[in-house]
Amino acid sequence: MTGLAKQRREAPGPLEYLRRWPIRTWLVLVTIFLYAPLITLMAFSFNDSKRNIVWRGFTLKYYVQTFADSDLITAFGNSLTIAVVSTIVSVILGAFTALLLWRFRFPFKPALEGALALPIVVPEICMGVAMLVFFTEIMPWPTDLIWPLNLGAIIISHISFSFSFVAIVIRGRLASFNRELEEAAKDLGAGEWRVFRDILIPHMGPGLLAGALLAFTLSLDDFVITFFTSGPDTSTFPVKVYSMVRFSVTPEVNAASTILIVLTVALTAVALRVSGGQVALAEAEGH
Amino acid sequence: MDEAWTRAKGVFAALAGPPVVWLAVFFLIPLGVIWGYSFGENASLTHIAVNGTFANYAHAIRPLYLGIIVKSLCFAGLTTVLCLLIGFPVAIAITFASQKTKAWLLLLIMLPFWTNLLIRTYALMAVLRTEGYVNQALGFLWNGAGRIAAVFGQSIGTFTPLELLHNNFAVVFGLVYVQLPFMVLPLYAALDRLDRSLLEASLDLGASQLTTFRRVVIPLALPGIISGVLVTLIPSIGAYLTPDLLGGPSSMMIANVIERQFKTANDWPFGAALSFMLMYMTFIAIAVQAVVSRGRQARAT
Repeated sequence: MTGLAKQRREAPGPLEYLRRWPIRTWLVLVTIFLYAPLITLMAFSFNDSKRNIVWRGFTLKYYVQTFADSDLITAFGNSLTIAVVSTIVSVILGAFTALLLWRFRFPFKPALEGALALPIVVPEICMGVAMLVFFTEIMPWPTDLIWPLNLGAIIISHISFSFSFVAIVIRGRLASFNRELEEAAKDLGAGEWRVFRDILIPHMGPGLLAGALLAFTLSLDDFVITFFTSGPDTSTFPVKVYSMVRFSVTPEVNAASTILIVLTVALTAVALRVSGGQVALAEAEGH
Repeated sequence: MDEAWTRAKGVFAALAGPPVVWLAVFFLIPLGVIWGYSFGENASLTHIAVNGTFANYAHAIRPLYLGIIVKSLCFAGLTTVLCLLIGFPVAIAITFASQKTKAWLLLLIMLPFWTNLLIRTYALMAVLRTEGYVNQALGFLWNGAGRIAAVFGQSIGTFTPLELLHNNFAVVFGLVYVQLPFMVLPLYAALDRLDRSLLEASLDLGASQLTTFRRVVIPLALPGIISGVLVTLIPSIGAYLTPDLLGGPSSMMIANVIERQFKTANDWPFGAALSFMLMYMTFIAIAVQAVVSRGRQARAT
């Protein structure tokens, strides 16, 4: 008799909640609740029926239409450009912040930490309107700039809300740094810059990568803040999908959504692999 | 590391400069401007005079808007309670699963929340609308029941689809759908740290599962419950997309009113005041949590 079969026959132990049927049923129901809408959405993007209700056979025509929709493709290009630029800047600013808070003791440190937590806790809508006012009144962003400079306002807003998240991830990584390595390097005559370049940066590597992937998905996902900072020519993918979604449920939107779902899930899976769960925790703390 | 900043002023300045300047210019100043506007009024079409008036806040607590604020709080509160009730058994199941199952279950809960909020909300629209899948399934069951009834010579009439979308139900349903993972994760984190021998002791000494849950698990998991409540409550109060796409005309929440002031009604000072009401509520929630957890720590030591 195998161990598993033997275990099955015994009544579940007092703490083996997962083997109790009410808990199992509950888990199955919650899973259905979480996944059924997304899976039907993805499945029906392949459905050969305009009305999107009854299954009429497999088709890829909505994907073809999605890729032929030049507005949607432009918006997608904008989204990727914004995500790439804001990721690069966020990682640099995040790394600086993390190093600063990790290394130094200075007056107003708690105040700075509090201010850095603000972008994480401030409701998105408040930040959205703040950015809208800032870029129309205080620092008007010219609307007639050439691409990609016209995306500047959106990029700046994205950096503002993502670099604190990146800083948390990198700071987490720095916490495991063995200070003796640095002391050894300094004893052997390495200067500040050598230590930074040859010892600290390589140690921060996984944190930098995880932070970058987090910043990338945050930027790609954002709707509310972008909604307030984008103009008619600077629509991003979520903003464009929103304008399509407001009025009806269509297979084209299903196809476009499916592409974005697959893209973000793949990216986050990579982030999780690299960071061993840090990204997920930072994200959970933040939203 | 804890080096005094005076020991390496150059490095300190180089590290502190860029993030501090960025944060100040592109985050604190925009928020500060909104805060200033909340005490101003529209002087002309393009100019807002900040004159220290409290008129916008007075406007915001007039019955119409106060009603919307209260409604937002109710929706968010209901969402939080539902997430707690739905999420607690899930968190328990994850905590007491084997290492390998645990990783898979966590992935199962987290996967949906990596997908775009807009897309998740849209997926709910497709499920809940009158010709959506829920109504189709109900219609199918109804017709089946009708056929059985016909055998007995009865008639139950034709199926009328339920109005599941564009009402308050849809908003709360949508908020629960979106926020559930944020509740499960902190609950799990707290339960996972819990000392299992305490549970075993309680059960050994004759307490029932329910008593153990009520008198041992809940008190020990309280910090997790509080932070779960916080990370569910705060985003729910300020939710914009869910009420916008799933709600009806009477399910507007604060965020929708704010958006309207800035994008269509063009009453920025009033919108600013509403934004800051939302901010104050957020800060109060965080402060309450800080006080509660500090109080608990003080009692523990």
